[in-house]
Amino acid sequence: MKMTRKRFLQLSGLSLIAAAAKNVVGGGAATSAITESTKATRWGMVIDLAKCRQKEGCNGCIKACHSAHNVPQFADRAHEVKWIWKQPFEDVFPFAQTQYSREINAGLPVLLMCNHCDDPPCTDVCPVNATWRTDEGVVTIDFHRCIGCRYCMAACPYGSRSFNWQDPRPAIPTVNPDFPTRTKGVVEKCNFCEERLAKRLAPLCVEACEEKALVFGDLEQPDSEIRKLLRSRFAVQRKPELGTGPSVYYLI
Amino acid sequence: MKDRPFIVGGLVVFLVFVTTPVWRSLRTPKATLVAPEIKLPMQERECVAPVGYMRASHMQLLDEWRESVVRTGQRKYVAYNGKVYNKSLTETCLSACHGSRQEFCDRCHNYSGVSQLNCWNCHSDAPQVARKSP
Repeated sequence: MKMTRKRFLQLSGLSLIAAAAKNVVGGGAATSAITESTKATRWGMVIDLAKCRQKEGCNGCIKACHSAHNVPQFADRAHEVKWIWKQPFEDVFPFAQTQYSREINAGLPVLLMCNHCDDPPCTDVCPVNATWRTDEGVVTIDFHRCIGCRYCMAACPYGSRSFNWQDPRPAIPTVNPDFPTRTKGVVEKCNFCEERLAKRLAPLCVEACEEKALVFGDLEQPDSEIRKLLRSRFAVQRKPELGTGPSVYYLI
Repeated sequence: MKDRPFIVGGLVVFLVFVTTPVWRSLRTPKATLVAPEIKLPMQERECVAPVGYMRASHMQLLDEWRESVVRTGQRKYVAYNGKVYNKSLTETCLSACHGSRQEFCDRCHNYSGVSQLNCWNCHSDAPQVARKSP
């Protein structure tokens, strides 16, 4: 068969369209697959301050955390190491009150811990990659790699990190052999009970709270308990204006 | 030929001096090199890897475990014989099997002069800690 000029142009046009169509179909399938697989977990916590204050002087969560994680108890405040602690309302949320509500909230304790930020500034400054945000949204520390430069402590806007100025072991009341202690010269903080999350258990503070003031869950799951709570109640984060995206929310 | 006694005497002194190490080694008692006795686990007969590999490369294995648990969250180790272990120095190596750091790790490490280890600054050598606490 003799190829005419008209026939040649028709065939080239058709093959071009076929190639383009294949790209469009294939490309579309690829992007949808990526969005499926990158839908990660992002652990978060909601703290109901009213429930938290129901029992005055209750420190169950703090005790549970600090004894399980071998957090040392130094008498000297300059050497203090803390994973979860309380601070007065006016220090934590200085702008979440009016001149009239100031008196009511003054001195009321607020439970604090690492916010496990979405975009944590502490991990950016670490010169040895000893701290990072995991795929599940937990900001974690590799104590083996920490050189104790304390850049992360300077970068954290929440004061969530503590430094071991001296050997912590003598200051641990009873050592829990299931969790390593730290050594002199490393930084430590709350790890959202990463070792328990690996076994699909909720953090110890959540478990220890009798008032159920702490709710833990996956912020990426629209039907999770934590997301339902955040939809139905007014919640605040600490210093949201900094853009760190804290994963710990407070119901005031 | 009057110098002969001096030359011979000098040579003798020289020979004795040069061979002192030989005489000294004959005098000192024979050094014995006895490898330390290691307390083997009572209940387990198999380690997470063949004994030869563990003897030569346990440090690499522990390093890999540390890296994978801390940095990538991979906590399970599938051994050469198909058994699955929890990658944990205190839990798997010490508590479940070897029992005593002093009688297993330290004996060999002290013998070979590798005693500047930092593992136990943080990881608990369970039996010892249990004894210390009330």
